[in-house]
Amino acid sequence: MLNDQAFLNAKLFEKDLEQVPSRDGFGEGLLILGEENPQVVVLCADLSESTRVQAFAEKYPERFVEMGVAEQNLASVGSGMAAAGKIPYITSYATFSPGRNWEQIRTTICYNNQPVKVIGSHAGISVGPDGATHQAIEDLALMRVLPEMVVISPADSLEAQKATIEMAKINKPCYLRLSREKVPLITTEKTPFKIGQAEIYFEGKDVTIIATGQMVYKALLAAKELKEQGISVRVINCHTIKPLDTKTILKAAEETGALVTVEEHQVFGGLGSAVSEQISQKFPVPLKIIGIEDRFGESGKPEELLEKFGLTVQNIIHGVVTVLRMKSRLR
Amino acid sequence: MSLTAQKIKELEETADLIRQDIISMLLEAGSGHSAGPLGMADIFTALYFQILQVDPKKPEWEERDRLVLSNGHICPVLYATMARVGYFPLSELKTLRKLGSRLQGHPHRGSLPGLETTSGPLGSGLSQACGMALAGLRDGVKWRVVCLLSDAEQDCGNTWEAALFAGKYKLHNLTALIDRNNIQIDGFTEDIMPLEPLKEKYEAFGWHVLEIDGHNFEAIISAFEEAKTIFEKPTLIIAHTIPGKGVDFMEGKFEWHGKPPNQEEAKKALHELRTLQGKIRSEHQ
Repeated sequence: MLNDQAFLNAKLFEKDLEQVPSRDGFGEGLLILGEENPQVVVLCADLSESTRVQAFAEKYPERFVEMGVAEQNLASVGSGMAAAGKIPYITSYATFSPGRNWEQIRTTICYNNQPVKVIGSHAGISVGPDGATHQAIEDLALMRVLPEMVVISPADSLEAQKATIEMAKINKPCYLRLSREKVPLITTEKTPFKIGQAEIYFEGKDVTIIATGQMVYKALLAAKELKEQGISVRVINCHTIKPLDTKTILKAAEETGALVTVEEHQVFGGLGSAVSEQISQKFPVPLKIIGIEDRFGESGKPEELLEKFGLTVQNIIHGVVTVLRMKSRLR
Repeated sequence: MSLTAQKIKELEETADLIRQDIISMLLEAGSGHSAGPLGMADIFTALYFQILQVDPKKPEWEERDRLVLSNGHICPVLYATMARVGYFPLSELKTLRKLGSRLQGHPHRGSLPGLETTSGPLGSGLSQACGMALAGLRDGVKWRVVCLLSDAEQDCGNTWEAALFAGKYKLHNLTALIDRNNIQIDGFTEDIMPLEPLKEKYEAFGWHVLEIDGHNFEAIISAFEEAKTIFEKPTLIIAHTIPGKGVDFMEGKFEWHGKPPNQEEAKKALHELRTLQGKIRSEHQ
């Protein structure tokens, strides 16, 4: 059943649940931050409208920097501004930043330990018709391997807004993953959000689904359906991929004995890998990693693509059944 | 600005000591780059002993000028100069490239106070300097940014992204200097990837460009002075230097780009430096 302490949207399982792209929440978060913190600056690589930084640019022109299509420069100018006391939010599509400029992020941001916030919009295959060139499905892996880097993948627009504001308070490099498409608004103002702390949204004891990004909603739908079949599922929103909330995850492994991870990302290197690295060494239990299976995306409507690549409620249910079978065999 | 003959002599002597430090450090480390550091010794000396507003006793001083070394591999000259000017004890120079040393093989911000940024991978220093300069301009600060680049990193696309950016934002508080020594690992720059006409390229990108002899202290210092008087553009100084300068058998040889001297070579190099390439008969140190 739903964790009432998570204060999720009352309309969670209704048809008219509001849908908003997480990039919108980022744009709104920036406006709030702009007022709160004069050191916040925004750098943009010729994508001001689609990354939702336009409103900030109009309100704070002296704190906005248009870089043109130059992502390597975007990262390192960001590093330089941070060295001069600013808190730069560097924005582009995730395939370009952190895709194209990974080494600049590694050396000039992470190894320099400068508090630059890398904002990768249009992540995941749900980018849709633009096709595989613009669908970042490797970004979590790219950012997760970097020392100092904090990696956040919010479940919805409101969580993206909270993450945007919270990131400014930690004096470290951060990566924020955003979606282009509308995703269900599952959280509310009251829903707890703390960087590094995974949240239990659905209580259960037989199995745990650990999801990130827009897959949290699908995990909740799967849990609800499974509950009706008599299977008690825990659902964790793992919005921070690094540092991973090992405590909450190991507790789930111990208490439920089987895990399914779900992410709109390659099965290698993302949330599933992060969870696997922990449980395999500390408390091994059956695990199913659901994500994109070592291939590129393609053009299509977002929902069609999620369906084709197996990021569906049905596939999550299938994953749950698989790990439950493995779990029962172990007993 | 005119320098007294006495001052120039002092700077020359300091640069010679720094060159000796470089040879000793590289011998001790057993790896590292020789030619670039020797070639840039005069410029580093001029910067830290005359041009930069810095205080080695207060490396975090808010009003300090920022020096960004983009081609981090020449860091032996940076470390030796920083030690000579008083950031840390000279004795620490022999720890270069060793386990636990603050003198990493390529510079690391955070390891050594006074070191503004991490560098090594070529092409991103000018961007970082641009970020500092833009933040400084918008905040109306007095400090200036100096960025040192190699000529080989003019091959990098990232450098030109930054060059465009500096022109657009008219970063007149930024002075970049290219060590035009014409060598890189695989050979001469003009064979590997021709850069000329370099001056005209930067001018076309909106820079004020000067060309100087990178071993002439008066020229080095007056070029940085001139940069301060240009208010509508960033300034680039193309400094013509001799790689391996001061050690006859290294001068102008790209083979010395990325290797250290062995015991015998170091002895010979130190003798040359101590006798100012045979100009004086007895070793002055």
